[in-house]
Amino acid sequence: MSILIANGHLIDPASGISAQNDILIDGDTVAQIGNGLKGDMIIDATGMVVCPGLVDVHVHFREPGNESKETIATGSRAAARGGFTSVVTMPNTNPPIDNAGLMELVLRRARESACIRIWPAACATKERAGKEMTEMAELKAAGAVAVTDDGSDIDSSWVMRRVLEYADMCDLVYMAHCEDGTICKDGVMNEGYMSTKLGLPGMPKAMEEIAIERNIRLAAVTGAHIHIQHVTTADGIDIIRRAKARGIRVTCETAPHYWTLTDERVEGFDTNAKMNPPLREAVDVAAIKAGLADGTIDCIATDHAPHAFTEKDVEFQFAPFGIIGLETSLALTISELVDPGIISLEQAIKLMTCAPANVLGLPVGYIKEGGPADITIFDPKAEWTVEPDDFASRSRNTPFKGRKVRGLVKTTICAGKVVYNS
Amino acid sequence: MVAAKNTVWTRKDLVGIEDLSRDEIELILNTAPQFVAVSARESGIKKVPLLQGRLVVNWFHEPSTRTRTSFELAAKRLSADTLAITTSASSLVKGESLHDTLANIEAMHSDIIILRHSCAGAPQMLAERHPSHIINAGDGRHEHPTQALLDAFTMLEYVRELRGDPNATLDGIRVALIGDITHSRVARSNIWCLTKLGAKVVLCGPRTLLPPEAERMGVDVTTDLREAIHDANVIYALRIQLERQQSCLFPTLREYVRLFRIDSESLKVAPNDSLIMHPGPINRDIELAAEVADSPRSVVLKQVSNGISVRMAVMHLLVNSPKRPQTTEERAQ
Repeated sequence: MSILIANGHLIDPASGISAQNDILIDGDTVAQIGNGLKGDMIIDATGMVVCPGLVDVHVHFREPGNESKETIATGSRAAARGGFTSVVTMPNTNPPIDNAGLMELVLRRARESACIRIWPAACATKERAGKEMTEMAELKAAGAVAVTDDGSDIDSSWVMRRVLEYADMCDLVYMAHCEDGTICKDGVMNEGYMSTKLGLPGMPKAMEEIAIERNIRLAAVTGAHIHIQHVTTADGIDIIRRAKARGIRVTCETAPHYWTLTDERVEGFDTNAKMNPPLREAVDVAAIKAGLADGTIDCIATDHAPHAFTEKDVEFQFAPFGIIGLETSLALTISELVDPGIISLEQAIKLMTCAPANVLGLPVGYIKEGGPADITIFDPKAEWTVEPDDFASRSRNTPFKGRKVRGLVKTTICAGKVVYNS
Repeated sequence: MVAAKNTVWTRKDLVGIEDLSRDEIELILNTAPQFVAVSARESGIKKVPLLQGRLVVNWFHEPSTRTRTSFELAAKRLSADTLAITTSASSLVKGESLHDTLANIEAMHSDIIILRHSCAGAPQMLAERHPSHIINAGDGRHEHPTQALLDAFTMLEYVRELRGDPNATLDGIRVALIGDITHSRVARSNIWCLTKLGAKVVLCGPRTLLPPEAERMGVDVTTDLREAIHDANVIYALRIQLERQQSCLFPTLREYVRLFRIDSESLKVAPNDSLIMHPGPINRDIELAAEVADSPRSVVLKQVSNGISVRMAVMHLLVNSPKRPQTTEERAQ
């Protein structure tokens, strides 16, 4: 049975198309793109944007080990509800994904329970300890799409250098969580006026920037491709901009909360305003927007980090870092970046489809005849209010509860199957 | 202070000074003298029945002797029943959550909860959800509101006596806070309290113990002790934690003393009648030289006595708040 997506406005940044087009899906691939097509089942997309299924290169699905926060099944449903058809899962599970057997477990659980495509990243060092590297070639053969010790940096510059060289040999990108942990050990929010006022230990921006600079230097020395995760500071973006100008193989991502909120959101001690890196200041928000507009920031990720209510319902300093983001990412991109005219809708979709796919070389994020039928249909004008109780995620830890946003996912199709329909 | 402008206390809790209006602070300070009188009764019977039958719980989630004793005596002089609970705070040891512990205390019909906690924001977190009156007895580096109130009360007594004017205020009074500002909840609460009351505050300490952008709290900041105290009406030394030396925040106590100790030598640049204060406990000869701590200008023990009266005033106002205790969440509905 074929599916026809009719009368929608197709935006496919990979091919540069932005025009009214029907799409005919046959099986798991796109059969035809054009006007006046016919199909067995018709999805009327009048007034809707039709784009490639969204891609997120940074999510935490907590399986194995912390299934009370999220599982591959619930995480994939949250992703589908947010318009995502491909996600890269981080390996800092319990146990961490540092050998091929565990990689096979994740992929088996994905086959059994996920409704979208799961692309797992593997640890770069054994047990994420930052000391000995993992068997990256075997991990890649087992299905790893990248290596990362996300959640922490690799403290030793010696180890980081060798990891980058070895990963490059294996044609794997290293995804870097940039944090110089020697600057402070007890920080729970951005260091600045707000941390002074609230009496909370701060994390200076230099904590992130020193690590970005070091990691980029090591990428330059080794020629390896490094991907800087969740960049949050004006100077951090500047370091990356200059490195790109010098031809260093560096890409980077940021996440919606970093351009939507500042550290003032910590006032009141809401633990849903606690993440690492922390919310920064207005000057950084402006720099992130500029970095997205001029292409310094390659893609939008969510760092979807689910935590159970009980774990977050504690003293601010004791709460775990992280918030969920899959079900609000598209709307925050439209509301905060597209509507105010910072980037075009086409740019926004690029940052969430082919651009992240290209960072890791994933064969998704585009719509063309014969290509994968991963398609998201959304209403860019629809207003809605964020209500965590409606989320498909198993967790509710979002700082956006009650926020009015625009841009609502109507239908998500992955490999030719409707995986979400509002 | 002009006789209270009919301000009525309507808050359920006292979690910080930052939120309070000047009127609210003055209401507390105006309520305290009647309790000074209770403690000083010639009969020796230092008790009034204002909180009779009420249960005041002293919940210390971090060690403290001084503040805890002061609150306990304040509650007892108001004839409340008191209960002391000591728990330990650790993110590593998984125990009962703070919310659960309080729910259990409340199941025993508590009225006022006095909370000391190592984490900033803990009293506010509880106050927003639970019906008890919460008094913050110090939360991490964040606030210690009753300390600031008793300090302001002590400064007022001094200013009024000095000027012979029972209605004198702290407007224009210059206060120098000396020492470890970064880790000090006493400093933060005092900054809010004193600036709201019209005083001029200068912070002084080693660069390593001054928090970033402190000026934005409406104060001056300097690392030069003499600059800080040369025109100060009040010189307020903070306690230095000796273990900060190991965290590379200052090199030695010897050098700290050289640069920041209040002693007869450094006081040469200060006005002769400036008041010397300290929240206690004093590291004798480190923040304050013995000759200064024991001098007539020092009101360190006055602060301790006033602490009981001010805390009595706070408890009295909270319990008599005309509003039924309501959590912020209830109010939002």
